[in-house]
Amino acid sequence: MQTLTINGQDYQVDAPESMPLLWAIRDLIGLTGTKFGCGVAQCGACSIMIDGTVVRSCSTMVSQAIGKNITTIEGTSDSLEALRQAWRDNSVPQCGYCQSGQLISAAELLDTNDNPTDEDIDNAMSGNICRCGTYVRIKKAIKEAVELKKQA
Amino acid sequence: MEKIEMKRRDFVKIFGLASGGLLFGCNVSADKVVVNTLENGISFVPNLFIQLQKDGKLTIVVARSEMGQGIRTSMASAIAEDLEADWKYVTVQQATGDSKFGNQNTDGSRSIRTLLKPMRKMGAMARLILEQAAAKKWNIPVASCKAENHFVKNISTGEEIFFGDLVEEAKTIAIPLDENIILKDKKDFKYIGKKVIRGIDMEDFLHGKANYGLDARFPNMKFASIARSPVTFGSVKSFDTSDTNEINGVEQVVQLDRLIPPAGQFFGMLGGVAVIANNTWSAFQGKNNLNIEWESGSNEIYNSEKFKEKLISRIHKKAKVVPPFKGNVDKAFENADKVIEATYTMPHLVHAPMEVPNALAWVRDGKCDVWAPVQDPQTVRAEIAHFFGFAIEDITINVMMLGGAFGRKSKSDFVVEAVALSEKIKAPVQVVWTREDDIQHSFYHAQNAQYLKGSLDKKGKVTGWLHRVAFPSITSSFKPMSNYIAGFELGMGFTNNPYDIENIQIENAKAESHLRIGWLRSVSNIISGFGINSFVDELAVASEEDAIDFRLNLLGEDKISTEKSPHPFNVSRLKNVLLEAKKLSNWGSKLPEGHGLGVAIHYSFYSYVATVVEVSVKSEKVKVENIYSVLDCGMYVNRDAVINQMEGAAIFGMSLTMFGKISTKDGAVEQSNFHDYQMTRMIDAPNIHVHLVDNEEDPTGVGEPGVPPVSAAITNAIFNASGKRVRSLPLSDHGMV
Ligand code: FES
Ligand code: FES
Repeated sequence: MQTLTINGQDYQVDAPESMPLLWAIRDLIGLTGTKFGCGVAQCGACSIMIDGTVVRSCSTMVSQAIGKNITTIEGTSDSLEALRQAWRDNSVPQCGYCQSGQLISAAELLDTNDNPTDEDIDNAMSGNICRCGTYVRIKKAIKEAVELKKQA
Repeated sequence: MEKIEMKRRDFVKIFGLASGGLLFGCNVSADKVVVNTLENGISFVPNLFIQLQKDGKLTIVVARSEMGQGIRTSMASAIAEDLEADWKYVTVQQATGDSKFGNQNTDGSRSIRTLLKPMRKMGAMARLILEQAAAKKWNIPVASCKAENHFVKNISTGEEIFFGDLVEEAKTIAIPLDENIILKDKKDFKYIGKKVIRGIDMEDFLHGKANYGLDARFPNMKFASIARSPVTFGSVKSFDTSDTNEINGVEQVVQLDRLIPPAGQFFGMLGGVAVIANNTWSAFQGKNNLNIEWESGSNEIYNSEKFKEKLISRIHKKAKVVPPFKGNVDKAFENADKVIEATYTMPHLVHAPMEVPNALAWVRDGKCDVWAPVQDPQTVRAEIAHFFGFAIEDITINVMMLGGAFGRKSKSDFVVEAVALSEKIKAPVQVVWTREDDIQHSFYHAQNAQYLKGSLDKKGKVTGWLHRVAFPSITSSFKPMSNYIAGFELGMGFTNNPYDIENIQIENAKAESHLRIGWLRSVSNIISGFGINSFVDELAVASEEDAIDFRLNLLGEDKISTEKSPHPFNVSRLKNVLLEAKKLSNWGSKLPEGHGLGVAIHYSFYSYVATVVEVSVKSEKVKVENIYSVLDCGMYVNRDAVINQMEGAAIFGMSLTMFGKISTKDGAVEQSNFHDYQMTRMIDAPNIHVHLVDNEEDPTGVGEPGVPPVSAAITNAIFNASGKRVRSLPLSDHGMV
């Protein structure tokens, strides 16, 4: 048994040794907001934060998260709430499937950069594919979230 | 609107809900009102339901699949509009796949086109009942009662009564006569054509709570991953599971035979070797560890590059002439001042929705329950009945949210796999495709080649047009040996070419299929959109005319087609979107060095689109800077969702132009995941500017029509920026990305 701390709550899991975090979170713990898209760190759908840093959970071992704080889309933070508001205001999602990963990647950007440039946004977000093509809205919403966070 | 008549008998109120609420049922059908007989005396089966609770909560049952087009929001808001409902009370419930909900097939960009008016009428009918209930309660004429924002108001006194408080009274009101049901005036719209307050699923999306197929969960459910033959329709010769059995979590290995669908319908399944485990990861690992010897079969000969050469040689010879026949092209070419010819090719494509194909099935006690992201639940149901012998009423399809689809999820082979496995192992089991499975075992958009030849007279007028095309038909997936393009595919831009040219000849050359061929967002319009728009551009260059003026001339006089169609083609609407795109893109203004604009227009799914693209070309590398798209889809419901679809279509079209390529070697697909089947990412995403034409025309398609013009608009822009004419896609093949 291992203990994983996700969004401030402890979960006991019995994960096979090589199992990536994605599957421990989805199949063993049952938090299904974190998505499977490619399994090989190519699409970002499975993005989570470990101690504030974004990782692709499909390619991160369970052992790397023991004793650390995991944040998933089911969690919250100042950045995430600002982003959610901007996502609402801009009707960002289409199918919504990639958006958990998009929001998590954007949250790290806002946590670490008070004034991201277009280039910063491109760099932070280009690991996240949106097959529905909502990039223009994501970019606009990130910029608005930066402002919302400043006002808060 | 295609002849929708709804009579009084097509509505019903159903009482006796456990909640004490009121349920309105109505029969909504795209082409006719279906009247069925039920034992209890109701003379039809309602297929659309609105439930009003005493607390004011309004639930609308939506019988279309949500895959990113916002259909749940749009359908609910169309009903809420005429019902005068307050959006904050509205929730949506997804209908299960059942014939009582009418045709639920979510493809062909047809949902709003066919259902808007009946849904509005349904809302108006419910509103009238509530107004009559209030009139009865207050004992005043119904003309003095007006519903507004979830209340009915007494116009003379200003007194108000809440919708929820009218539930009991409403139960005593008869269904209104048809002629009394009046739709709202367009100018009073609050939701239709406006930005709806919030998408019905927004909060779920933002908190990871939306339930996609892949999120279906049951205690003790099993997970399955299936190894399928690398060559299409190959079979298992032998397999060894010893390395698979070592994997922690693997429970059993099951062989599945291919299920071949009867000619003309269904999808069947490929078969293979399935690994069942107690979690997805172990199933994936177990599958990777299988040692399988395959019998490849006849498709082993398929090398897509070689096949492309074959298609090109075929379209360079005379092929089968298909209607419409117009004039005499040979004569036109003989008498021409200039003759231009060009050959265009595009490879196979795959949908790659972010959510891979998956399905959870549970067969027990003679019944079959499915939870899956499907575009067409009723076909799935019929298919399961066909292959597994269940009575149709013992099959329930729970339609989950679709994490993208683009046509992939209307082909239900993945559901058939899950049912076959659940039947075998007698447990709930979720089949999960890996991304590699998705890229390598899909129903592919067809590889294609086109040859165009055109003639110009001395004044630069186009006098002749020969269009020869070859690609494996979708029909081949339903009927083997279908080696020619089907009429419905040719009707997507080829035989309904919008240009006014005296002599036109369309020819179709043979193309065998060696992969499963299927439809992908906008289908063969992608092919015609690229070929025709590229060639018209080449003609414009040859006649030394501006690309937009040239097209406007070539479209000829304003007229509306006399063909039999629910929405006859109106050439002036196509010209109008082109002119709007000209304005939107500042066509003709001076651009920075190395930049160029390209234009393309296309008519599909009864909608009109013009797209202008600005690219920059620096040391042979292309960057798409701006995409300007103008759409005329008649009346639209959810303005913002329509714009979002057009933005998405621009990115989708750009992805396939820059990178889209599925190739095969010895029958097997060479690509496997997003590193070698690439798509546009944020860093490459251009600015996208969308303009919607406002008019009173009937609503037409939105989800697909934005895609077809994008490719040629990009390559035409590349020509204008650099002088290089790209005639084969994708650009990555030319080292241009
Ligand atoms: S699923 Fe992890 S990056 Fe795609
Ligand atoms: S919203 Fe569908 S993949 Fe991004």
